[in-house]
Amino acid sequence: MALSAQDIQNLEEKANVIRQDIIKMLLQAGSGHSAGPLGMADVLTALYFQILKHNPKKPDWKDRDRLVLSNGHICPVLYVSLAHAGYFPVSELQTLRKLRSRLQGHPHRESLPGLEITSGPLGSGLSQACGMALVGLMDESSWRVICLMSDGEQDEGNTWEAVMFAGKNKLHNLTALIDRNNIQIDGFTEDVMPLEPLKEKYEAFGWHVLEIDGHNFESIIGVFSEAKAIFEKPVLIIAHTIPGKGVDFMENDFKWHGVPPGITDIPGEPPKNEQAKIALQELRTLQGKIKSEHE
Amino acid sequence: MNSLNPKLFDKDVERIPSRDGFGEGLVLAGEENKDVVAICADVTESARVQAFKDKFPERFIEAGVAEQNMAALASGMAAEGKIPFMTSYAVFSPGRNWEQIRTTICYNNRPVKIIGSHAGISVGPDGATHQALEDIALTRALPNMVVLSPCDAIEAKKATLAMVKERKPCYMRLSREKVPVITTENTPFKIGKAQVFREGNPSAGSTSSLQASSGRFADATIIATGQMVYLGLLAAKELEESNISVRVINVSTIKPLDMEAVIKAAEETGGIVTVEEHQVFGGLGSAVAEVVTQYYPVPMKIIGINDHFGESGEPDELLEKFGLTVDNIIRGVTTVLRMKRRL
Repeated sequence: MALSAQDIQNLEEKANVIRQDIIKMLLQAGSGHSAGPLGMADVLTALYFQILKHNPKKPDWKDRDRLVLSNGHICPVLYVSLAHAGYFPVSELQTLRKLRSRLQGHPHRESLPGLEITSGPLGSGLSQACGMALVGLMDESSWRVICLMSDGEQDEGNTWEAVMFAGKNKLHNLTALIDRNNIQIDGFTEDVMPLEPLKEKYEAFGWHVLEIDGHNFESIIGVFSEAKAIFEKPVLIIAHTIPGKGVDFMENDFKWHGVPPGITDIPGEPPKNEQAKIALQELRTLQGKIKSEHE
Repeated sequence: MNSLNPKLFDKDVERIPSRDGFGEGLVLAGEENKDVVAICADVTESARVQAFKDKFPERFIEAGVAEQNMAALASGMAAEGKIPFMTSYAVFSPGRNWEQIRTTICYNNRPVKIIGSHAGISVGPDGATHQALEDIALTRALPNMVVLSPCDAIEAKKATLAMVKERKPCYMRLSREKVPVITTENTPFKIGKAQVFREGNPSAGSTSSLQASSGRFADATIIATGQMVYLGLLAAKELEESNISVRVINVSTIKPLDMEAVIKAAEETGGIVTVEEHQVFGGLGSAVAEVVTQYYPVPMKIIGINDHFGESGEPDELLEKFGLTVDNIIRGVTTVLRMKRRL
């Protein structure tokens, strides 16, 4: 299904709104992760507004595609996407990380409609996705499993146990996607614990690997469509993304991995009480490309 | 209780490992419910999953030596309506994969059945690395979890079938060694219910100087789990010859603990000795003490492994060395009776 230029523009605008809501909810929460959610906003937008077979009115519809978020810490982007897709009111986003909120600091499945798993501790989402995909094949179901992972969690041994299992069992109804943003808490992934050659590693374990620009909607939508056509093997999509995408002072900076705007003065970056304002301004003006904004 | 094995105290009492009962129960569970699947981490024969694998090859999943993946995989399968039994040795599962069990099974509240075989010191020659003495503590501390520890093979079979209907995460610990068959097919079993295997016989009257009371009830209660229940019954039998009457309770569900049975034992018999093949920290004794101290404080003695790792040796030698013996249980009872008298 070819997308028109207008379709693409609509998705880009949606992703921009999602990014603004991420900044707003993190500011309100006073803690949480900034870089990953902003970096994955395009992928999540494409999934919830184009790719996934799902029904926000019936979150447990049995034929839905299963979206498994393994790296639970980027949940702000999942929460905002679910809210905009209609799973719960957008106003509820402001309760992130507050007492009695359904929006826990890391996702708790039973708390919120639309969540497939509880996650946060890294490296076990792919195993759960494998369990779902295996049952999907056993029962000859039509739905697919999509598992989102971070690159940092490729450090976990559990991840590779699952990679081996998926390869062995040829889970071709499983598509995993690694958010290849090259950062983790302590620094750049290749300094903390080198992952490369990542593509070759997965291929050696029996996977089919595709690489895309994780900010290009045509590529994102195209690659998931291509993944469906790969039989006999699970598919890994390495999505190259820019952490903090859309906010100039956050982009490609691991210091923003686990910090929300408005809390910390970081040398060389806007003062804390200006951070959210500047971030939102940048998002509204597409990083200065729209000149008409006066503020 | 008259529904116990009539040959209980005979020399030729049948001896069967509890893992065998599980294996038999798993096949029955598979016959009863097509959603039952078995996942095993490269110990299919010794953890007694082979018969299920032979009968239902399409419902058997080999996970390899990867217990972390096995746990989260089982969670994913449970998410799609299966009732997964995941099996390994207790040191590896729930040992190696405790966090996956915590997050993806318990917090995620998926009805996965975790089977930890080769629990306890009686694993023997393999040594301390393979003797799980902490598994009850590990699993008991997890919200949503049910913790089972059957006393023999027949109870293990019943527990396996009962777990299928329990819509919660469950852990069951099993032993490697052949142990006496205590129960029969007719012995009642219910998750969450402790069984009084012996009421004690106070009406016989007592001349023992150790006896603290000669009321309608036994003088003390032995609360045991797993194969220690048999030793508890032997100890009670010996004590009876000294006119000390002891109630024996089999706790096959450690969580949720049958509080009523524990409080009743405290109230009626006034002293409790617990026995387990597990560290004294965090196991059955701790669970019983949590109830006794808060609801009906009475003297207690906790018999188990005292903050030690095991070692290689024959099962009987190890039980002897670590004090899991009839004599030591008798000493525990006499200690408790002395404590009662001082009150």
